[in-house]
Amino acid sequence: MLRQASRLLSRSVTAASSKSVTARAFSTELPSTVDSTFVESWKKVAPNMDPPQTPSSFMKPRPSTASSIPTKLTVNFVLPYASELSGKEVDMVIIPATTGQMGVLPGHVPTIAELKPGIMSVHEGTDIKKYFVSSGFAFLHANSVADIIAVEAVPLENIDASQVQKGLAEFTQKLASASTDLEKAEAQIGVEVHSAMNAALSG
Amino acid sequence: MASTAAVPFWRAAGMTYITYSNICANLVRNCLKEPFKAEALNREKVHFSLSKWAGGKPEKPTLRSDTPGV
Repeated sequence: MLRQASRLLSRSVTAASSKSVTARAFSTELPSTVDSTFVESWKKVAPNMDPPQTPSSFMKPRPSTASSIPTKLTVNFVLPYASELSGKEVDMVIIPATTGQMGVLPGHVPTIAELKPGIMSVHEGTDIKKYFVSSGFAFLHANSVADIIAVEAVPLENIDASQVQKGLAEFTQKLASASTDLEKAEAQIGVEVHSAMNAALSG
Repeated sequence: MASTAAVPFWRAAGMTYITYSNICANLVRNCLKEPFKAEALNREKVHFSLSKWAGGKPEKPTLRSDTPGV
């Protein structure tokens, strides 16, 4: 078996170099033809075994992008313990990305955004629903589907303002007295989260 | 291509994203109004026992639990 290895290796190297000129297409179109020369050489070497599968054969084709921009954005908002919104069609969502509040409309450019603690609002007609999100990610796909995942998201009414003030004071004090890098980081996270909650409640 | 992207302060302090995210979530949970706070803390209760194995035998287990004595 190892005698064939060098022959197979050299064959695959030449094949790769000839193909390297063609750029790999984005996986909206998957190559439907299997590499027939490879399959033939495989069958000569190991006739009783199936040719190996490549990662691309396991991939489902990406959902196709509609040629015209859809009128509604489909939102999936999930938490570890509940699916808050599932396939809901809305007009717009505003997400608290680390780069600032980002408005997402149907037809938004595909984006992966990390979320910071802040308010996420879902706009449907005149209805606006706001949640305070602790942190998470938002995946905006080309077909106007937005997947938003967060660890903790609560409606603003459920937040207790006095506890927020207390926490803010406590962590500001901890930040001043912190010694190690890790303590400083934890205190700073506390300050950021509580200031964001404060701003959310008052803004 | 050297990546000179600014790292977030928590990553610079040696914290991973998942730790950061869990800390944020805990802080938010602690600031909830009463019935929601109890539900959230209830939901996040943890109970596990961990024992390291050495020489084919388990050593003394460490118990992490929000309901001690169980």
